[in-house]
Amino acid sequence: MSSLRLTALDALHRALGATMTDFAGWDMPLRYGSEREEHLAVRTKAGLFDLSHMGEITVTGPQAGEMLDHALVGFVSALGVLRARYTMICAEDGGILDDLIVYRLREDAFLVVANASNAQLVLDELIARAKGFDAVVTDDRDTYALIAVQGPESTAILADTTDADLPGLKYYAVLPAQVAGREVLLARTGYTGEDGFEIFCRPADAEPIWQALTAAGEGRGLIPCGLSCRDTLRLEAGMPLYGHELSTDLTPFDAGLGRVVRFDKTTNEGAFVGRKALEQAAAAAETNPPKVLVGLVSEGKRVPRAEYTVVSADGAPIGRITSGAPSPTLGQPIAMAYVDAAHAAPGTTVAVDVRGKHEPVTVVALPFYKRAR
Amino acid sequence: MSNPQHLQYTKEHEWLTAADADGVSTIGVTKHAADALGDIVYVQLPAVGDTVTAGETCGELESTKSVSDLYSPVTGEVTEVNQDVLDDNGLVNSAPFEGGWLFKVRVESTDELLSADEYDALTHSS
Repeated sequence: MSSLRLTALDALHRALGATMTDFAGWDMPLRYGSEREEHLAVRTKAGLFDLSHMGEITVTGPQAGEMLDHALVGFVSALGVLRARYTMICAEDGGILDDLIVYRLREDAFLVVANASNAQLVLDELIARAKGFDAVVTDDRDTYALIAVQGPESTAILADTTDADLPGLKYYAVLPAQVAGREVLLARTGYTGEDGFEIFCRPADAEPIWQALTAAGEGRGLIPCGLSCRDTLRLEAGMPLYGHELSTDLTPFDAGLGRVVRFDKTTNEGAFVGRKALEQAAAAAETNPPKVLVGLVSEGKRVPRAEYTVVSADGAPIGRITSGAPSPTLGQPIAMAYVDAAHAAPGTTVAVDVRGKHEPVTVVALPFYKRAR
Repeated sequence: MSNPQHLQYTKEHEWLTAADADGVSTIGVTKHAADALGDIVYVQLPAVGDTVTAGETCGELESTKSVSDLYSPVTGEVTEVNQDVLDDNGLVNSAPFEGGWLFKVRVESTDELLSADEYDALTHSS
């Protein structure tokens, strides 16, 4: 226990009675009460999350954009100032090292947010890949705490704590702002499938900001939410999770996310780490599709869980589950799985080997849930 | 703590009542276990008439995050299962010692059992 890293909000979580869990070396709130209620609060009202385990890395300098174009698969230098993009960092062989959000803070400054489990690797890779560029890579994991408010009521709640132009802050945009009187980076991003905000703040400011949001959320249905419901929220939204849908064994094309790979980059003469392997992966995906990432919905109650085998109607193995959970929104177990292309069409009936018993499931198009806009 | 004094407990976090006049005990899981599992979404119980064996698995509890085997604390014939729990799994979370009981057994023999105080000590040290 003692070796786990604690967030700036640790005492607050304990006072709230959170069940804590070891997540990538951090002691994080798994849930405060019922994870189902937390999930439904985010879908219908709002939820407050401590995401301080996420790994912040800053890249600055005249060639920061070109350096990230070289290091990542995205066209980062083409990103507008104060806009954000979902992207990935791949190995030379095209395997996914991590999926990332990159925020352009200034013309010459970018904030890269990595998964906690990969943050050190991403940092090391970015430092190595910055060689020869006029750019500086800074480990800012301890510089920021991260609080998210997510759900349809999040704008109204946040508006009570900030003068920032929230209607003007578009989805996947970021703004330096004051929340509860503290300087923050306010981003309209999230991992829940709902409208919402992520607030990068100084660790010392995390508790007053959390308290101000809690106060603003009173009467609006805001409750604190743990990582357990974050996982079911992102699963319903069809969003991949590194270590489940994404891994070093898979390219972005294998994961159905080839769109993040920008072969049309004009910087560095179009060269970037992994380009050659990714071109081959793109061609292979066109001509000979490998396994396909699909959604599965079960009519039963037993939950298809990660690593369970997917079988065809006649019982032959055709794939494996990457994530599965009871869906609070659908009221049925759902899962994501890589299956053979021949069985990937929505409407196909397959089955999952749930501890020896074949439970029928139906292939569906992802996502399972899409909010009304 | 919250563990009722009149019940006996197992290290696998089940509880059981003292046998009634017909030699039947009621069995469930503790609040500690239900809290640790989180929202329970699937309950599999032995069938009425099955013989369960002390210390062996006889069912399953699934929560959002995990699957747990259900161990029988006693050996004997199952006389009743709680249909309310099969219909509403949430009863195990909301009332683990009452409406969330799981099944009843005509007891032939029992495993090593703990008193409420011993079970309190076990769950506080872990």
